[in-house]
Amino acid sequence: MSNEATLHSQQEVMHGAHDHHDHEHHHEDNFISKYVFSLDHKMIAKQFLITGIVWAIIGAFFSVVFRLQLGFPDATFPWLESILGHWAKGGRITPEAYYALVTMHGTILVFFVLTAGLSGTFSNLLIPLQVGARDMASPFMNCLSYWFFFLASLVMMASLFVQTGPASGGWTMYPPLSALGDASIGSKIGVDLWLISMALFVVSQLLGGLNYISTLLNMRTKGMSMTKMPLTIWSFFFTAVLGVLSFPVLLSGFILLLMDRHAGTSFYLSDIFIAGKALANEGGSAILYQHLFWFLGHPEVYIIILPAMGMVSEVLAVSSRKPIFGYLAMIGSLFAICILAFLVWAHHMFVTGLNPFLGAFFVLLTLLIAVPSAIKVFNWLTTIWKGNIRFTPASLFSIGFVSTFISGGLTGIWLGNSSIDIHLHDTYFVIAHFHIVMGVSAFFGMFAGIYHWFPKMYGRFMNNTIGYIHFWVTLIGAYLIFWPMHYEGMAGMPRRYFDYSSWTSFNQFGGLNQFISIVVILVFATQLLFVFNFFYSIFKGRKLTEQNPWKATSLEWTTPINPGHGNWPGEIPEVHRWAYDYSKDGRDFIPQTEPIGPNESAH
Amino acid sequence: MSGFLAVLVIVLIFIVIFQIAKASEYVSILKGEKKARQQSNRINGFLLIAFLVLGLIGVYYCNNLLKGKILGESASVQGEGVDTLIYVTLAITGVVFVGTQILLFWFAFKYQEKEGRKAFYFPHNNRLEVIWTVIPAIALTVLVAFGLKHWFQLTSDAPKDAAVVEITGKQFNWLIRYPGKDGALGRRDFKKIDEAASNPLGMDWDDQLGKDDFMATEVHLVVGKPVKFVIGSRDVIHDVGLPQFRMKMDAVPGIPTTLWFTPKFTTKQMKEKTGNPDFTYEISCDQMCGSGHYSMRGVIVVETQAEYDAWVAKQPLQYSLAHPAPAEAPKADSTQKTVAANIGKP
Ligand code: HEM
Ligand SMILES: [Cu+2]
Ligand SMILES: [Cu+2]
Repeated sequence: MSNEATLHSQQEVMHGAHDHHDHEHHHEDNFISKYVFSLDHKMIAKQFLITGIVWAIIGAFFSVVFRLQLGFPDATFPWLESILGHWAKGGRITPEAYYALVTMHGTILVFFVLTAGLSGTFSNLLIPLQVGARDMASPFMNCLSYWFFFLASLVMMASLFVQTGPASGGWTMYPPLSALGDASIGSKIGVDLWLISMALFVVSQLLGGLNYISTLLNMRTKGMSMTKMPLTIWSFFFTAVLGVLSFPVLLSGFILLLMDRHAGTSFYLSDIFIAGKALANEGGSAILYQHLFWFLGHPEVYIIILPAMGMVSEVLAVSSRKPIFGYLAMIGSLFAICILAFLVWAHHMFVTGLNPFLGAFFVLLTLLIAVPSAIKVFNWLTTIWKGNIRFTPASLFSIGFVSTFISGGLTGIWLGNSSIDIHLHDTYFVIAHFHIVMGVSAFFGMFAGIYHWFPKMYGRFMNNTIGYIHFWVTLIGAYLIFWPMHYEGMAGMPRRYFDYSSWTSFNQFGGLNQFISIVVILVFATQLLFVFNFFYSIFKGRKLTEQNPWKATSLEWTTPINPGHGNWPGEIPEVHRWAYDYSKDGRDFIPQTEPIGPNESAH
Repeated sequence: MSGFLAVLVIVLIFIVIFQIAKASEYVSILKGEKKARQQSNRINGFLLIAFLVLGLIGVYYCNNLLKGKILGESASVQGEGVDTLIYVTLAITGVVFVGTQILLFWFAFKYQEKEGRKAFYFPHNNRLEVIWTVIPAIALTVLVAFGLKHWFQLTSDAPKDAAVVEITGKQFNWLIRYPGKDGALGRRDFKKIDEAASNPLGMDWDDQLGKDDFMATEVHLVVGKPVKFVIGSRDVIHDVGLPQFRMKMDAVPGIPTTLWFTPKFTTKQMKEKTGNPDFTYEISCDQMCGSGHYSMRGVIVVETQAEYDAWVAKQPLQYSLAHPAPAEAPKADSTQKTVAANIGKP
């Protein structure tokens, strides 16, 4: 590790220089450079978070609108017509509008909220703070990463307002439906805008991801060896690696799609007769797109969940006053998940006519991925076992995370078994599975992160009581919404249906759908309460009076209450131990910066 | 008006919650941080255990409420294997679910912060970690083994004597074609599609095999007789979903796919079994295919051989529909029943 030493000393020099710079002229007072084109990772984190929150409100609101249709297919809601115009003639949304809303809901939540909003926020905030760096390796690239995301957001937003509506082929955007304007009104300019927006989004992810990786590999403070990093950092690391390796594949898939749409190529098109004429395209494969898409698509679900896992590990340890159990096993399982995530994509394609022999390997590898997931769950359980748990909103959301991750992960075992998937594919069972394991869990991880690190971000606390109400309504509501959907899926009830009333096999769930929709509205309202709490607390929350409110060991709590650009006013502290010395040798916690004592027991 | 009232009520509730929240914040400052924390800890600890108990009761209740509404027994022989696998998986995952949720909420409740309690410093234990790596691995291996056994059965080649039905998706309905007496589907070319000339599938009328093919608005199947579906699409990807038979296969333009199964019960028997006089075997489109996706419904009628034969006898040949002129019906080699080798694509 001698070159690590030199690396660190180099860094020391760099940081020293930076220090002077900081003390001499505070040119950061300029509004534009402080709040808009900021280079400070903490500000960029807040930008990601707030943009994510705005998108989350929009995306969740869309789900309320289409749940109204599902729950009350015969009712009319005149106010819908006033906001959606001819998309909701007479107060009832059209199928076209329904599919546009569903597609945008998926795209927004998967990519804009749970990818950019989640890992964008917390990787940015925590990587420099927890590894002991003044900022990202390239603050400028970091700033670009946000602004590419912002551009992507603008384009996606614009697509909502075009005459023919936004893309409406589902968030997976399968061709030929998405390739042919004649196949669907949403596949006209809506898909072009969707593809452009997503391309910008991929650029943003790559800029961010490369930055996260280089920062945490190269800019750790003295003593912070890889195995002393908190699990949050490990999870951000694997998240970034997944993104950097898989987003380019998605982009290539999108470029081929764009060419099929406009350059007359036939990558995905063959033997198509549409709008009264046969197309000239021959020899393409619509399935090729699915391979390219899911090669990102599956890693993407882990891009979403890994940061949440990392934060939950951290919060559970802090609030149980216990070290995370099996630190190395936690890293090992993250690593295993990261590798396996690249080898299971075709489990989304079991019924595409995939070669059954090939399918068998994907079954094996898919079920294999449940092993590291199980290890993580057992380690979390053991972490809280014999702890001394404080129920902050953050720790409650972490416990909720473990609960929903278990519930949703187990149904993955059903779906990963191709024979069962034949029956359940594209039904509400899949909706239940991934909303619980990804949607709800990732949101819980994100909420845990927000409640826990809000004091670091804004120097104030969020209101606890609202936090508790938020947690309980969301946990109960999430189960009420998604649990019964397993049954609908078992009955074969297909997803992405505008109306089930003409089906004898699926119309027995009318009452249930209504119930679910009502709960959705309640839960949505509660999320608004959270949003209110968030913004209110930024300005009016109870002020932080101590540096380390949660009595945590990690480095971010050694910075001042309101750290400036550069994070530590003086030297960056040196690290001597891992981040999980809680309740060791009778001491509540030992900060990472404290040297190992002469009589200290080994762990 | 009522919408306005609803919004008003929600806003009021918000304000009330907010005021309470703000007040409780002040109270907790007055009481001292420690006291307030103890109190909220007790409340949340209680709620956690209550959630566990009520949640498990809820799971049971939900099951009672809904189990009658999901599919009963599989209507195909092949689907029985799927059902068995579902039950095995349900048993394994069910035990894990109940066990881990109980541990989670029970631990959270039991080890909530108490004055004088010290957390136990327990950073790792290799034995435990090996145990919970190996046990899931074994359980999953068992599931994979069972699963793949069924998977290879389900995806095996159809028996030689299986009937053949071609199902082609288009926005937004299913085109159903039977091979006729010769048992072989005639050649098709998407460039020959001509709706006006009664040729929605682009059949090549030069191909003798196609001349006795007929098209239908419903799929009719003989109970107890294996049937192979040859699946395709004319425009975008669709999916032939057969929930009662536990079968599903995408319909992809340019790439024909197949599935096969043996229906166990006639539609009539199912009406009795389910006690639902409206019971119908339905084909649901299970792949998003455009604005009419939700209405892409097909109907399957399973019946006895005699009923089936009577139905077939009534179906006009597509060739004659496409050639309404004096066109003579082709002389089919009715004595020989060739097996479907030609899957209808050049
Ligand atoms: C225990 C491990 C897991 C297994 C074995 C598993 C298996 C599967 C399978 C086989 C499917 C395809 C179902 C179908 O379309 O028919 C699926 C869908 C999905 N899974 Fe999982 N899963 C697991 C965990 C996760 C996790 C952790 C996430 C996200 C954090 C996730 C997110 C998703 C999503 C988003 C879909 C649906 C995508 C779509 O079709 O729109 N899964 N899962
Ligand atoms: Cu996947
Ligand atoms: Cu469809």
